[in-house]
Amino acid sequence: MGFEVLLKGKNMIRLLQGLGVALKISLISVVISIVLGLILGMLMSLKKPVINMLSRIYLEIVRIMPQMVLLFIVFFGFTKLTGRNLSAEVSSIIVFSFWGTAEMADLVRGCLQSIPKIQYESSMALGLTRLQTYIYVIIPQIIRRLIPLSINLITRMIKTTSLIMMIGIVEVLKVGQQIIEANRKSSPHAAFGIFATILLLYFLACWPISCLARYLEKKLV
Amino acid sequence: MNITVLQEYLPIFAGAFLLTIKIGLAGVALAFVIGVAGAFARYFKIPVFSAIIKCYVELFRNTPLLVQLFFIYYGLPVMGIRISAEICGILGLGLLGGSYMTESLRSGLEAVPKIQTESAFSLGFSRPQTFMSVILPQAFSISVPALVANVIFLLKETSVFSAISLMDLMFTAKDLIGLYYNTTESLFMLVVFYIIMLLPVSVLGSIAEKRSRLKMFGSD
Repeated sequence: MGFEVLLKGKNMIRLLQGLGVALKISLISVVISIVLGLILGMLMSLKKPVINMLSRIYLEIVRIMPQMVLLFIVFFGFTKLTGRNLSAEVSSIIVFSFWGTAEMADLVRGCLQSIPKIQYESSMALGLTRLQTYIYVIIPQIIRRLIPLSINLITRMIKTTSLIMMIGIVEVLKVGQQIIEANRKSSPHAAFGIFATILLLYFLACWPISCLARYLEKKLV
Repeated sequence: MNITVLQEYLPIFAGAFLLTIKIGLAGVALAFVIGVAGAFARYFKIPVFSAIIKCYVELFRNTPLLVQLFFIYYGLPVMGIRISAEICGILGLGLLGGSYMTESLRSGLEAVPKIQTESAFSLGFSRPQTFMSVILPQAFSISVPALVANVIFLLKETSVFSAISLMDLMFTAKDLIGLYYNTTESLFMLVVFYIIMLLPVSVLGSIAEKRSRLKMFGSD
């Protein structure tokens, strides 16, 4: 079946290291996206016309441009335009943060809108200031709704980072291809075993996170 | 930016655009079929099928399309199952989309309050009547935003096909960059064609969302 290749030498460890590269990039991007997304989402809920228009354009760009196209634009286009070299890692982090920030901002905005108006009015009637309303009433409610959603964003980020092999980062898929090439003669069925293993590795990386998100969604909301 | 280069590239990109659209639409159609079947199996709790669908949804929702395609395109042939790149693309997109569609349609069906079923029964509706004329329309309008998001997501995912050497927009752009080093022009055409493909879907989707919401809560 081609699974025996995994036991040869350091092949399994190399695959896991490759997965580690993908996970590292997605983790960095997720952290940046969540921080920037929170800020942008709050800005969007202020309903200032200029911010609204700019953020609409930004969200629409992210909505209709495939991440792969963004990746190519940053990785190849930036170099061409400025003559400076941007490493593949840095450009992938830029692209995934750009994408994740839009997603996160949309989630934050949705959550802020889903808080009924009566919550604001009641806090005002109780004599809370605007700041106090946010700190004690609104933000605790938003966080409960946001946690499962942002955990879901992590799994989507991990899945999307599989694209980084297309701009030449050696991650799990690339390592898999190298192993298949190296063992073409000795085990011709390696392609099946290796790709099945990578599929399983991604599943094992994402599934627990999805389950956690679902559990928290039931418990917190 | 060189205009003559753009003119030269236009027919090449147009061809790739048609291929991308063709595979994208076929994949979305397959995804819908799988999604409807899967959602029904899950909603009516058909034994065995329900469990299989559940595993399938979990597996495909938690793995990237790129890896799925690699598995179908490079992994299966060595075991004797040979599939052409186009069929592989449609199949991969359909299976991935099917898992998302199943979840969206199922959560739509389950979001219809139980009282609707009970009221329909007490009005003398039969079981199929209740489902067809009470539950299904409401479930569908609840699912519309998620379905639109899925369609856009799937059409975007077609960009991954370049990895299995299907001559889609992405592959063409990469190819032309490699051949002639006209990076700016190639990337420009790439962006333009993706906008042509997805902006209408995005706008139509927003309209569909609004209309379905009006149907649900009345138009006052």
